[in-house]
Amino acid sequence: MAIGTRSGAIKLYGAPGVEFMGLHEENNTVMQIHFIPDQCQLVTLLDDNSLHLWSLKQHSGASELREEHRFTLKGPPGSPPSATQITAVLPHSSREVLYLGTESGNIFVVELPSFRVLEDRTITSEAVLQRVPEDYCNRRSCELVEALREHPKNPDQILIGYSRGLIVLWDLQNNKVTHHFLGSQQLENLYWQRDGSKFISCHYDGSYTQWPVSSDNRQPEPLENIVPYGPFPCKAISKIYWQTTKNGLPYIIFQGGMPRASYGDRHSISVVHGSQQTAFDFTSRVIDFFIIFSSEPTAEFDDPSAMVVLAEEELVVIDLKSAGWPAVHPPYLASLHCSAITCSHHVSNIPLKLWERIISAGSKQNVHYSSMPWPIDGGTNIAPDPPQRDLLLTGHEDGTVRFWDASGVCLHLLYKLSTVRVFLTDADPNDNMNTLGEDEWPPLRKVGTFDPYSDDPRLGIQKIYLCKYSGYLAVAGTAGQVLVMELNDEDAEHVVDHAEADLLQDQEGYRWKGHEKLKTRDGPVRFEAGFQPFVLVQCQPPAVVTSLALHSEWKLVAFGTSHGFGLFDHQQKRLVFVKCTLHPSDQLALEGPLSRVKSLKKSLRQSFRRIRRSRVSSRKRRGGGGNASEVQEANAKFDQDALQEMELAPVQRKIEARSAEDSFTGFVRTLYFADTFLRDSSRHCPSLWAGTNGGTVYAFCLRVPPAERRMDEPVRAEQAKEIQLMHRAPVVGILVLDGRSTPLPEPLEVAHDLSKSPDMQGSHQLLVVSEEQFKVFTLPKVSSKLKLKLTALEGCRVRKVTVANFGSCKTDDYSENDLAVLTNLGDIQIISLPFLKLQIRYPCIRKEDVSGIASCVFTKYGQGFYLISPSEFERFSLSTKWLVEPRCVVDVPEVSSNNHVHTRSGVENAARKSRGSGRSSSDYGEDERKSGRLMEHALLNDESE
Amino acid sequence: MNRSFNKSQTLRYLECSAVEVKSKFGAEFRRFSLDRYKPGKFEDFYKLILHIHHIANLEVMIGYADVHGDLLPINNDDNFFKAVSSAHPLLRVFVQRQDEVDYSNFGTNTLSRKKKALVTLRNDNLRRRPHINISMPHDFRPVSSIIDVDILPETHRRVRLYRHGCEKPLGFYIRDGTSVRVTPHGLEKVPGIFISRMVPGGLAESTGLLAVNDEVLEVNGIEVAGKTLDQVTDMMIANSHNLIITVKPANQRNNIIRSSRMSGSSGQSTDSTASHHSLPTSHVLQNFHPDEMESDEEADIVIEGGLEPQHIPKLHSLTSSSLSRINGSSLSHRLQRDLVLNNNSGRESNGNIHKLLSSLKTDPRHSLVIPRGGIEEDGTVITL
Repeated sequence: MAIGTRSGAIKLYGAPGVEFMGLHEENNTVMQIHFIPDQCQLVTLLDDNSLHLWSLKQHSGASELREEHRFTLKGPPGSPPSATQITAVLPHSSREVLYLGTESGNIFVVELPSFRVLEDRTITSEAVLQRVPEDYCNRRSCELVEALREHPKNPDQILIGYSRGLIVLWDLQNNKVTHHFLGSQQLENLYWQRDGSKFISCHYDGSYTQWPVSSDNRQPEPLENIVPYGPFPCKAISKIYWQTTKNGLPYIIFQGGMPRASYGDRHSISVVHGSQQTAFDFTSRVIDFFIIFSSEPTAEFDDPSAMVVLAEEELVVIDLKSAGWPAVHPPYLASLHCSAITCSHHVSNIPLKLWERIISAGSKQNVHYSSMPWPIDGGTNIAPDPPQRDLLLTGHEDGTVRFWDASGVCLHLLYKLSTVRVFLTDADPNDNMNTLGEDEWPPLRKVGTFDPYSDDPRLGIQKIYLCKYSGYLAVAGTAGQVLVMELNDEDAEHVVDHAEADLLQDQEGYRWKGHEKLKTRDGPVRFEAGFQPFVLVQCQPPAVVTSLALHSEWKLVAFGTSHGFGLFDHQQKRLVFVKCTLHPSDQLALEGPLSRVKSLKKSLRQSFRRIRRSRVSSRKRRGGGGNASEVQEANAKFDQDALQEMELAPVQRKIEARSAEDSFTGFVRTLYFADTFLRDSSRHCPSLWAGTNGGTVYAFCLRVPPAERRMDEPVRAEQAKEIQLMHRAPVVGILVLDGRSTPLPEPLEVAHDLSKSPDMQGSHQLLVVSEEQFKVFTLPKVSSKLKLKLTALEGCRVRKVTVANFGSCKTDDYSENDLAVLTNLGDIQIISLPFLKLQIRYPCIRKEDVSGIASCVFTKYGQGFYLISPSEFERFSLSTKWLVEPRCVVDVPEVSSNNHVHTRSGVENAARKSRGSGRSSSDYGEDERKSGRLMEHALLNDESE
Repeated sequence: MNRSFNKSQTLRYLECSAVEVKSKFGAEFRRFSLDRYKPGKFEDFYKLILHIHHIANLEVMIGYADVHGDLLPINNDDNFFKAVSSAHPLLRVFVQRQDEVDYSNFGTNTLSRKKKALVTLRNDNLRRRPHINISMPHDFRPVSSIIDVDILPETHRRVRLYRHGCEKPLGFYIRDGTSVRVTPHGLEKVPGIFISRMVPGGLAESTGLLAVNDEVLEVNGIEVAGKTLDQVTDMMIANSHNLIITVKPANQRNNIIRSSRMSGSSGQSTDSTASHHSLPTSHVLQNFHPDEMESDEEADIVIEGGLEPQHIPKLHSLTSSSLSRINGSSLSHRLQRDLVLNNNSGRESNGNIHKLLSSLKTDPRHSLVIPRGGIEEDGTVITL
């Protein structure tokens, strides 16, 4: 399967782990992709009318996708550009030529792989029209070539469909038309029946027509003309399949055709099989689809097994063999953004036990999926097994957390966790499914997971923290909710404990104007197997949770918002302390985000009003004279001038030193637990560190009772230190280095023998990373030891920072810890610990790609993920040792004879999809690994690029 | 005492290099002479004045009348040297008691209204009009300066803004724009960063060294070419405590003319001006001493909220010791300090800590004991 994107990339997918990517130099939108039958080659058509030939070549053991040739069709001098504008492409099964249908109605033939135009073989529209009846010919000329189809049995015949409805069967041997099919409706697409005795055409008015092909009638009448969703006007059927089966009842599968008035906005594909009919309803525009069917040349029937649909936002595969036509769980290209991703969290090296439990919880959720193996299975994955199990957790706007297997090349959904059940929301989760009754017409069925509409944005997940050893998961959301969960292998019904954390404490007289907290469900709630919440901490005011830390050994969870932070003991279910970080003059933080939105709305409204007013007045001016209109005119002129002035005013930036009064200084950016020497150098103790937007670091000394008295004695906390960085930049990371200058291990890491216990002999050091500087302090006396300025020298700021372990790829016994830093310019820098020396700088993400930079997560071993579009994660590695890249082989079939000894059932298909926010179009070509059968192609133009 | 302070009798035979000095304290005049080119140190001069007027126990303020007739203070080596070297023909020195000084009289046109000025100099608290209150000269901290004049092309100006020396906001805005550069391919339009707006009353405006439409070329020695507006903004804000910006002023008429850098020695023209123009900027950067870059470094404040018994007294001892170290290495004035404020009152007194902190931030000098002399002497800046 191949997918082309709007930005000129093509991606090939086969069996899980088999993928290739190529990028056209022109970065133009890919309009069509066609596989050359039985070759590891494909042809792409871009929107600049250029053709490109790509091949998969084996190179040092793995296949690579390379661009071989490029070609632009040129007409005779002086001809209009439309004469050579390619609208349809047919790679002939002989693998030697390409037929190119154009807007002018001529069909050009080019030789492969050289792209040499064979002029003597051009099929001109004049030649086609010669034997068309006069009256038909007068009514319409043959315009653009809409479809080209090779006869399934006889490679010397091709079917040509013109947009105005004329279809002809062309004999390549004799260069003449053998049959005319005089369609009366604007043609959209064509499809042969497998035996070549009939074909089907679909039309703009939502109808499809069957035509017989026999030797005795050169100008047959249509057998049958059906408007499936009539009698009211219907939308066009843009693509159609006719699949024969053993039991005689064919599958007719078509895209579109919905009644224009009532269902014109649906994106549907209908499958008709005897009395069964389902219109699969997609949540985003359908780009293209194809059917996977038996590719044996000798097989008498198509026996379709699956339908692959590329919608604008996701890939959906429907199992056509199982009853009920269930969807197939995709091993890749899963819709990451079925609800907008609001945060992500990566956990490396998951213990097998936890991994299995998550998978088993996930498998219980996936019962509605088909058990069919993934039908797209071309190529062989030869990449070594991933060295460890990695999980990527994504938080979504609808309050769900999705667990992805990020160990290998494919991001595979393992388990989906919803936090919605804890809360009372307007929409009951049970009643939005299957509201359509049985006798509903058309028989719509919603498929796909993409659902961008969130019931309540307050449910959005903002922070996730998973402890891989204990299975504790903390999740925090937009409305100040913090949920602590535990993995449970069984369904359970229980009450979620509540606690409220008033972060404003003694600050009086402030009014929160933001959203309200979420209402919780009273009484026990039923939770499915998997992570089940057992305690909810609600921050007051219910502002977005901006930082979260969980210490599974001490059973503590810390959370911070724009108002302050708190520590909660989830063992005793008791709030340990809260600390307000607000600066008294910071009004903005107190009022919440609403006031800002209001002002934005206001200004928008004003500018619209101004535009409208100026329009109105200019219209009046045109209408008539008189004083009033003169005044109006003056007003309009004034308004326009004002507008112009607004547009001309340059973007400017204020240069001002940061002060304590700046807004959102109290915003808690980072929280960190450490067992270190906070008070004196002889005794270490658990501590909690918090860093704010205003460059303040708070350190609290904790007293956690020993395990045997854990339930009896309260956890105590006492503020030990407060550090104000004078440059006042937001603190984005806090880290304690032990006596050997290695970062302290994660909680429970030592207990599981996965890490050396930290060196408590030597003196510890504190690393504070602000957006502008890296600074190392001694502990317990916080005196500055080292620093590295970033912003002052380079003008960039730290966006993400993490400690990464870099192993040597030569020897196993050497590894070092460094800081991996992503800046606001999209650069990735590696900075050594503890001496803060810049090691490497590498431009990674475009600096304009703000959401990409914001979405970046680093792994513990020097890899990272970021969103290159709302739906795709790009993976990168900074480590030479841990490298995840696709390595796969696609065998080139021997071309010596017509029969291949071994034919995989795998079908390579071409599709085009443009990722990102918008509209797109696509094309699937399909290549049977058989000689002589090119299945289909389609074109959906996307005018609005 | 320095050899160069000669009694007035020696004037005759030292005419070529000697400067006659007429010093006035109250109604008394004293005359003596100084070597024009080697006047010595201000400290010695100050002692000499006290000695000559027999006012050894008084704290006095010394001023002089410059060529334009302005009354200007003499309180450090630089302005002392300037006063002596520019004296023409004689140096008129005015000595006042420290507590009687009316500093509003310093500056432009003060002595052109000489009579009045001298009257006010003596003693008239009665007639004081509301002035802009400018503090005592030795309390001045530079808020801005033009630096590296010798190495920059004349068309450029390197301005240093000392944010921590004053309470004013930095107060300016920058924007994107295009500037014309001479390149090997001829004139080329290149994107540049420009000052777009001055905040009235801000530091930038009050210095008079920066103006709207000046092109920003460097920030703290780093070229801004190729950087985005946001990047430059971030750089400037990150350096805001000690911002050095090199600009190409939109108004090129106020440029310093190098050949007359030394007033009174107009014949001494520098022939190397041409080479200054061709100096590449990268070369210029070497003139920044890393020490100096670090010098105005801020120190983070650590508040111990804990068990330690020592508290406020330690604050003083610590800070004064650290500050005396500063004075010791006064020129590079490396400030490696950590103000450790100890507070044993725990969490409940956080409010107090906040107050203390904010007072520290606003003007640390009020809460810290800083030996005055040191600062007075070298005239350099200490910022916290």
